Amino acid sequence: MTLSVALQHRFGGFNLDARFEAPAGITVLFGRSGSGKTTIVNAVAGLLRPEAGRVAVDDLLLFDTAQGRWLPPHRRRIGYIFQEGRLFPHLSVRQNLRYGAWFSPKRGTPAEFRRVVEMLGIGPLLDRRPGALSGGEKQRVAIGRALLSSPRMILADEPLAALDEARKSEILPYFERLRDEAAIPILFVSHSAAEVARLATTVVALENGRVTRQGPAAEVLADPAVTPLGARAAGAVLSATVVRHHDDGLTELDAGGTPLFIPHLGAAPGTAVRVRIAAHEVILSRERPVGLSALNIIAGRVQEIRAGDGPGMLVSLDTPAGRVLARITRRSAKALGLGPGTSCHAVMKSVAVAPEDIGGPVRNTSPGLH
Amino acid sequence: MDWLGPEEWQAVRLSLRVSLWATLFGLPPALLAAYALARWRFPGKQLLNGLVHLPLILPPVVTGYLLLLTFGTRGPIGGPLQEIGVVFAFRWTGAALAAGVMAFPLLVRAIRLSLEAVDPKLEQAAATLGASRPWVFVTVTLPLILPGIIAGAVLGFAKAMGEFGATITFVSNIPGQTQTLPSAIYAFLQVPGGEGAALRLVAISVAVAMSALLLSEWLARRAQRRVSGT
Repeated sequence: MTLSVALQHRFGGFNLDARFEAPAGITVLFGRSGSGKTTIVNAVAGLLRPEAGRVAVDDLLLFDTAQGRWLPPHRRRIGYIFQEGRLFPHLSVRQNLRYGAWFSPKRGTPAEFRRVVEMLGIGPLLDRRPGALSGGEKQRVAIGRALLSSPRMILADEPLAALDEARKSEILPYFERLRDEAAIPILFVSHSAAEVARLATTVVALENGRVTRQGPAAEVLADPAVTPLGARAAGAVLSATVVRHHDDGLTELDAGGTPLFIPHLGAAPGTAVRVRIAAHEVILSRERPVGLSALNIIAGRVQEIRAGDGPGMLVSLDTPAGRVLARITRRSAKALGLGPGTSCHAVMKSVAVAPEDIGGPVRNTSPGLH
Repeated sequence: MDWLGPEEWQAVRLSLRVSLWATLFGLPPALLAAYALARWRFPGKQLLNGLVHLPLILPPVVTGYLLLLTFGTRGPIGGPLQEIGVVFAFRWTGAALAAGVMAFPLLVRAIRLSLEAVDPKLEQAAATLGASRPWVFVTVTLPLILPGIIAGAVLGFAKAMGEFGATITFVSNIPGQTQTLPSAIYAFLQVPGGEGAALRLVAISVAVAMSALLLSEWLARRAQRRVSGT
């Protein structure tokens, strides 16, 4: 299933003109606040009526000004996970979860209910009321409520923004499971680079109401032109598989033939993982460094150099493992004589792992391995 | 109850019946008016708002007289209604109508306040889960404004119990038919030696009003606990 969106809307001097496609998996709408993310999501849900455009899930038209079609929100069957949960305070958790099924043509089976409750770990909460839940619990129930309305697709508008780091890492694995198990498109709004790196299958970057870049996550994130949050948040995402666990507590990964070493990861050999390498954690060297404590070094070729504001530059390297970004100073770039095509080595001070198929707590960043 | 004379007892029973019907029949239109005032935008909204609140500000005698003009047997509404057998003038039903009209602004105010406190985002959430507008109202809005409805109903009931001016103007003061508690107190005070009976009725008035208030507090607190979700 694919969601296709084309929208034009003006309000208060702001012009939204966005067009993109979201296939199955998680499509992250990425951009600063005020870039139009929530407007798009609300238009897809039918909570806002844009001036012109077309929204469709596969062949089903939800909205099309050309044909004068407008499906009201209650007939769209879209599971919307709101930032603030929006659980019904007068109903128990169980009743909240069943709310969507009351109106769904496909009544959820008890087995389906049990499966979702178990996946989200909310069994012990069923008879409580939302007022007695913690922020993370509320959000898990909100996810369950959206899932159990047998939706055509899921919308999630910064569902983690209101939570602290600990709660975030409690919820993130559920979205990963959702991405891997559900065959429906999930449109996920975020302005956090870490969330994007960890969750996104597809990335749609928004700036001032316009789509500046869209495509597979690895491609878009490694594009130095796409730094909606500034160069500090820039970083590349590499796909890797677990090779083996070494006796000294290290786990060896394989990224396109290049070995990468990270602290022990609780995942069986063969497991696919995503590795995020922040641009400011990468050092460049023309020669293969000798006598250096860093374990992870990849050889590559400079593909592009982009100047930002201030003394920094963003260098993108083509390596066998994929695209790697490095943030270095203008002075170093000059001293090294870097230019497109120059071969050099990327020395990675730290490698962050976003376990894809592991439901456990997130290991956000592995400290520098030397 | 032998400490109450038959005439006094009659007034008490009549007042309870009149107030109950006034409140029950007043609630649905009050809910509609409150919803319209809180949620809809339409021309003449201020006019509706004024009309709803008019009985609160007009001298009750004026309200009673206007009721007599419109709902009297020769009035523009009272006349046709008489044809189908519904009579308000000088009947207990007229007393209920007068009490209902006087209590109406209180019902609307309480319900409107609680409606404005309902987060429209919850109603949006319900819509995304497949609930059409009427269902959103029944399953989300109505339960959330229940405390307001209860508060309004009890307040309206108390107001109806105490209504005097409009009632006596519209349906007069006929024992057993239209003589409610306040009318009876007034009548007893007009005759020599009636102070005892009047005082007993006053005590009953105070007791009814007090228990109504306590009951509403208790119900509202229960409903509020339910709604706040703990």
